[in-house]
Amino acid sequence: MEKTGKKGIFDAIGTQKLVAIGALVVLFIFFSFAGSNFFQYSTFVNILDSSYYIGFMAIGVTFVIITGGIDLSIGTLCICCSLIGGTLFMKAGLPMALCLIITLLIGCLFGLANGLMVSIMGLPAFIATLGTMMITRGLGSIVTGTASVTFPQTNDVGGWFRNIFKLKGEGLPTAGIPTGFILLIIMAILMAVLLNKTRPGRYILALGSNKEATRLSGVNVVKWETLAFVISGFFAALAGISYAATYSTLMPGTGNGFELDAIAGVVIGGTSLSGGVGSIAGTLIGVFIMSVLKTGLPFVGLQPHWQLFITGFVLIVAVFADVVNRRKQ
Amino acid sequence: MGDVILTMKGIDKSFPGVHALKEVNLELRKGEVHALMGENGAGKSTLMKVLTGIYAKDKGTITFEGKEVEFKTPKEAQTAGIVIVHQELNMMNHLTVAQNIFIGRESMNGKMINDRKMNEEAAKLFKLLNIDIDPKETMGRLTVGRQQMCEIAKAISTDAKVIVFDEPTAALTDAEITELFKIIEDLRKKNIGIIYISHRMDEIKRITDRVTVMRDGEYVGTVVTKDTTKDDIINMMVGRVIYEDPKTESNVPKNAPVVLKVEHLNAGKMVRDVSFELHKGEILGFSGLMGAGRTETARALFGADKKDSGEIYVNGKKVNIKSPQDAVQAGIGYLSEDRKRYGVVVDKTVAENTTMASLENFTNGIFVNNKKEKEITKKYVDALKTKTPSIEQKVKNLSGGNQQKVVIAKWLTRNCDILIFDEPTRGIDVGAKSEIYSLMNDLVKQGKSIIMISSELTEILRMSDRIVVMCEGRKTGEIGIAEATQESIMHAATLRE
Repeated sequence: MEKTGKKGIFDAIGTQKLVAIGALVVLFIFFSFAGSNFFQYSTFVNILDSSYYIGFMAIGVTFVIITGGIDLSIGTLCICCSLIGGTLFMKAGLPMALCLIITLLIGCLFGLANGLMVSIMGLPAFIATLGTMMITRGLGSIVTGTASVTFPQTNDVGGWFRNIFKLKGEGLPTAGIPTGFILLIIMAILMAVLLNKTRPGRYILALGSNKEATRLSGVNVVKWETLAFVISGFFAALAGISYAATYSTLMPGTGNGFELDAIAGVVIGGTSLSGGVGSIAGTLIGVFIMSVLKTGLPFVGLQPHWQLFITGFVLIVAVFADVVNRRKQ
Repeated sequence: MGDVILTMKGIDKSFPGVHALKEVNLELRKGEVHALMGENGAGKSTLMKVLTGIYAKDKGTITFEGKEVEFKTPKEAQTAGIVIVHQELNMMNHLTVAQNIFIGRESMNGKMINDRKMNEEAAKLFKLLNIDIDPKETMGRLTVGRQQMCEIAKAISTDAKVIVFDEPTAALTDAEITELFKIIEDLRKKNIGIIYISHRMDEIKRITDRVTVMRDGEYVGTVVTKDTTKDDIINMMVGRVIYEDPKTESNVPKNAPVVLKVEHLNAGKMVRDVSFELHKGEILGFSGLMGAGRTETARALFGADKKDSGEIYVNGKKVNIKSPQDAVQAGIGYLSEDRKRYGVVVDKTVAENTTMASLENFTNGIFVNNKKEKEITKKYVDALKTKTPSIEQKVKNLSGGNQQKVVIAKWLTRNCDILIFDEPTRGIDVGAKSEIYSLMNDLVKQGKSIIMISSELTEILRMSDRIVVMCEGRKTGEIGIAEATQESIMHAATLRE
């Protein structure tokens, strides 16, 4: 979806994204040689497993960041939606399918609330979503009575939803088939098309680039800015479902910090925090850098905390490369 | 020239405290290029904003294609066929050229945007205009001139019948200007009516059919370009009664030492090889039209913007000013044209603002010495006759003139001997204005030296001992007050290289 032509490959893909791709490849090669047993099927599945929830959140929040805004609520919203869905299943006995739909709807509703606060009420996105971050974190505890929620196992009633993210069974590898990856890719492609090939996407890019000019062109900027937040909320809820499928037990009051991982992934992938530019493919690369680090570091004898330490460096280097490149122009 | 397509008659518009347009008239014919001229603040832009629905008029009628109209939004005006090519371009820099041109009215293929078709359409437009721009290029990569061509292409693609150009050549190179004039010639042949706002006399003579002149929000008259001389037009623009007596001779002694010398200052496009001297006790006026590079010169001199080259001497000693901090150290204070953004901290008190630039002189260890702060603030409140209920009053509660005095107090507290006043009386009412003037006169009597940037010719003529005139980043004139007239300044201010 990038434009080629007279411009060099650097400009076409973006320096920042190239640095990100480079980092991903280097990391992969490094772990494959330095860590014994890294290069095997179960490790890949682990990498993918740990990327789903951040990946979905990152895809969603890419839209908000392209408008020039930010969504801090996605981390706690992700857990909150899932806690409510899980409670409805365990306590109220609703069918799992209905619970999942409600989970997604709650995500959309919070996204809508964020969007309206920003686009109509004129609150800064940082403040509005900081508020909903606290609200959703508290709401999860209120709904569950501060108890943790454990989702059913694959073979239990209602446990089928785990198959969306991983297929296990006889004749399949013990690590399972990472079906969640397929879902992640399908969603990424759909959203890339939405962003680059449809009016909503075009207007979200346009208003992120110059909101006033877009408004003066007769585009309903309120509507499209709000939509970006709704997409972000929806993907936060989807992230919550994938989190439940991967980790089974959810604790109320958690989820803080997920949003920053997701935002870091988006930024490493070349989306500008000042709005107007961004790509879904870049976001996925950014997310995978983080999950490769998380999964790979123990193989070379480092604790996973090092992931944060190193991700921080990658983030700064990737963005700095872009700043330097832009200054040259 | 064809039939009349647009008539604005008796247009009146007031803002709180300002009567911006007084019974202004304008008539435009099909296929005519009609210049709209006047000094800064004459009301040209306001009139165009009324036309395109950004402001609602108080009185008067607008007749477009024989029908009386009143547009409520720019979009309505655009739909009717009146578009404006803004001086500040309204572009989405991250999108492509074609995406910009067709924003809000994309070609669709079902639910998908048909970028290929838009690219083709844009290419056709550019071919029609004889311009070579790749529709797939990212807008932000084009030069300002090319971006302007894109705005024109956008205007044409909406089937515009009237196009308003607001100072279109301000940022263009000569080659681009030639290109633009060719396009305007083509538009004229297509029977489109064109309103052309510009300060450049040679352009007006070159491409316009008629000229309407405004002054202080009033309609002065409309003349046929080819029957009029450049001087006639300038006289129409500045011909008001000068109610503030201009200075007749310089108050600076002939042997006054040079306190500031700037040599070959360059900073970006807006400051090109500017050199001048400032003497002790002098008020040096900086005149020129909007965008002449006066503020940019001051900011580069003050270290607020990066300078590319040039030397600065204070009291004969070369100083290396890299930041405002260096400038203040050298004794230069800058009073910004945008007081609220750069001059005062509005949420802080008069006392806090007064000591802001020299707080290190008002501390005991790490603590602020409130007693000393109070003393100095009181001293300047009295000396400058600042009207404030107390020195603990927040600056945002003061009037514009009194805010300006707080800024002056700040720099006086810092012992700055060279003060740069950038539009010192902008947004200040008449009474406070003359107080600021007498204050400036007092300051130079005390041996301070002042650079005064002003867009008001009367202010320049009333205050300055000597006048530097700039145009497009260059110094185009230096006039002693004894020889200066509105006409001679305007002449230098419209001198292109």
